[in-house]
Amino acid sequence: MAEVILEKWQQAVSTVNIGATRADGGSRSHVVKVGGESTLPFLFSEGSLPNRPVIAFELCDIVPADWPQELASAYGAGFGDPLSWAQKCVKEYQAKILCLRLQGAHPDFGNKSAEEEAGLISALLKKVDVPLIILGCGDDAKDNLVLPAVCQAAKGERCLIGEAVQDNYKTLVASVLADGHNIIAQSPIDINIAKQLNILISDMGLALEKIVINPTIGALGYGLEYAYSIMERSRLAALAGDKTMACPFIAYVGQEAWRAKEARAEAGQGIIWEMLTATALIQAGADILVMRHPLAVEKANNYIEELMRTNGV
Amino acid sequence: MALSGLDIYKLLPKTNCRECGFVTCLAFAMALAKKSISIDKCPYLTPEAKKALEESSLPPIKLVTLGTGENKLEVGNESVMFRHEEKFHHPCGLGFIIEDSLKDAEIKERLERINKLKFERVGQALNVSLAAIRQNGEAKRFREAVKLAADNTNLALALMSSDLAAIRPALELIKERRPLIYSAAKDNLAEMAKLAKEFKAALVVSAPELEALSGLAKELSNQGVNDLILEIGKKSISARIWDLTQQRRQALKKSIRSLGYPSLVVVDEKDPYEETIQAATYISKYAGIVLIKGIEPWQALSLLTLRQNIYTDPQKPLQIEPNLYAVGQANEKSPVLVTTNFSLTYYTVLGEVEASKVPAYVISVDTEGMSVLTAWAAEKFTPEKITEALNKFGVKDKVSRTRLIIPGYVAVLSGDLEDKSGWQILVGPKEASGIPSFLKNL
Repeated sequence: MAEVILEKWQQAVSTVNIGATRADGGSRSHVVKVGGESTLPFLFSEGSLPNRPVIAFELCDIVPADWPQELASAYGAGFGDPLSWAQKCVKEYQAKILCLRLQGAHPDFGNKSAEEEAGLISALLKKVDVPLIILGCGDDAKDNLVLPAVCQAAKGERCLIGEAVQDNYKTLVASVLADGHNIIAQSPIDINIAKQLNILISDMGLALEKIVINPTIGALGYGLEYAYSIMERSRLAALAGDKTMACPFIAYVGQEAWRAKEARAEAGQGIIWEMLTATALIQAGADILVMRHPLAVEKANNYIEELMRTNGV
Repeated sequence: MALSGLDIYKLLPKTNCRECGFVTCLAFAMALAKKSISIDKCPYLTPEAKKALEESSLPPIKLVTLGTGENKLEVGNESVMFRHEEKFHHPCGLGFIIEDSLKDAEIKERLERINKLKFERVGQALNVSLAAIRQNGEAKRFREAVKLAADNTNLALALMSSDLAAIRPALELIKERRPLIYSAAKDNLAEMAKLAKEFKAALVVSAPELEALSGLAKELSNQGVNDLILEIGKKSISARIWDLTQQRRQALKKSIRSLGYPSLVVVDEKDPYEETIQAATYISKYAGIVLIKGIEPWQALSLLTLRQNIYTDPQKPLQIEPNLYAVGQANEKSPVLVTTNFSLTYYTVLGEVEASKVPAYVISVDTEGMSVLTAWAAEKFTPEKITEALNKFGVKDKVSRTRLIIPGYVAVLSGDLEDKSGWQILVGPKEASGIPSFLKNL
């Protein structure tokens, strides 16, 4: 055998800091750092992976419209009540970061006002002290009303807010910039759109180090391989020196996995579907995984710890 | 790794004798690089040069075959580090370890359950590959367990034992089945090589580190054993990923022959979730064979689905033949739905139409394997294309009412499609999961 082959990568993925402690002007108990890899997933012999992939528990501001009963019963009484749901995740499941989806703001799912949602965020920030990811409802017009109010309510807490898309990013970028948050840039399984959107966002003055890419994923058996390869290609471009691609990835694992027919076919199978979707994407370079079932989260966390703990030895 | 024309030229006599039919040795070298002529045309090639040239034309990772007939497993022949660079060629084999210490009835029951691990997804059969019998006690018991396996499954077999006295009688039993022997190591190399040759079996060779493994593989190859599968001893997951990555890099980038074989990983993990997660990791990261103990259907289904995803050709998405498909007892009163010919889309729609119990027709339009939105954006799922499909498949002759249900995501096509096709257009649900209630309330 010849000498060990080491790739000479040109740059590392940027490190995004989510959450601000008192020292940073916020009220979170800790900061979650994501990204920073200077090599491909878990090749510790070749570069450093200073921050472990993190798992964010996904919550909703209402009883979510499309979650199966298996998930509802996993959370019990707090399900659909964001404050007690959040507290359960932090206290019972030791969540280090939460992802709140403001589905209730959607015109079809309750049409909550910007004021209501901003009020919820203020209350949530008081209730739990972990860093937050906050997602709009997906209706562009409504999100452009709600998310600025939400950003302001969480001013200085350095949340991760989403999502900016190619034809609707300006309002969100301006708010995120004004209130000191990070942003999620969504690009539908397309490297060029990801690049372009990152450039557009950074042109408005938000640093690339404040951007997390949502490459949009498919679940195991439902187009997982597209996301897998797009993430590998993007990460290779980043390591090879493309600054506009050197952002961490966020993957909505729970959302996609629980849509799969197999996940709903029989009890327990959704958990494995969510777990294996996460496993594959962790190996493709995912930095933040937004997940739903506590057991799937636990197993994925153990896996990540095992990957990181041994430090490649 | 393939040599360039200039690399080959350096190995030629450079006499320009023209006996090969080319004017110069350089021209001959260029033809060789393009593989358009055989090296035998040069009568003056030195044996060393010939060997180098022959080796350069071998695939960088050897194709190894196990088992026979329908249950043949081929692994190896991989050519890239990342699937987007070309594709991964030979799907990783998934096998199950059965301890010979189990009672006969338990072994039989496990084998029966393993035999049932067959699934179908998006029109492809998903099968497991191997039953691996592991020795825990005496040679006699091992032979009995192997006999049970041979009699009760057609899957390829692996013999897990380093006891030469146990392996030989077991091999005698299954010599026609091209089994896998697990495993040769430093201290039994010569004996294992002899057995592998005698019984034409593939051989796993194990070492604690890559460097040592490379040495052992080289020695075996020198002894004429070339159907090898490589295994690094027990390590942490990340360390294994590094070794598997490094092994493939060495084979592909440096043409290191002694590492140019498929690799095998034994997952030794009691918790079935963690076992599945680890197996999934190695399926994604270059393993040729993964052996686990768990035989739950959900484990096999999820792992085989992952394997299907990872080994799908990125340039050729799975697609079905564009056509008009009848679901259930479809007749002239049945509704007609249209979708793309991307397998995942088509089979998802098909599954929901079947679940609705409403007999219907599904048209799959030739979108070159793209999904609904992608095809729409790429102009492969347009009013013209859909109209063309309606005419081509003679849909009008099948139904009395010319009413077409289109996917909710392409509602925007409605007006134009109505004009072009003359059919009444009905906008269906955005997600296939909405089809059953949509059809029932039609």
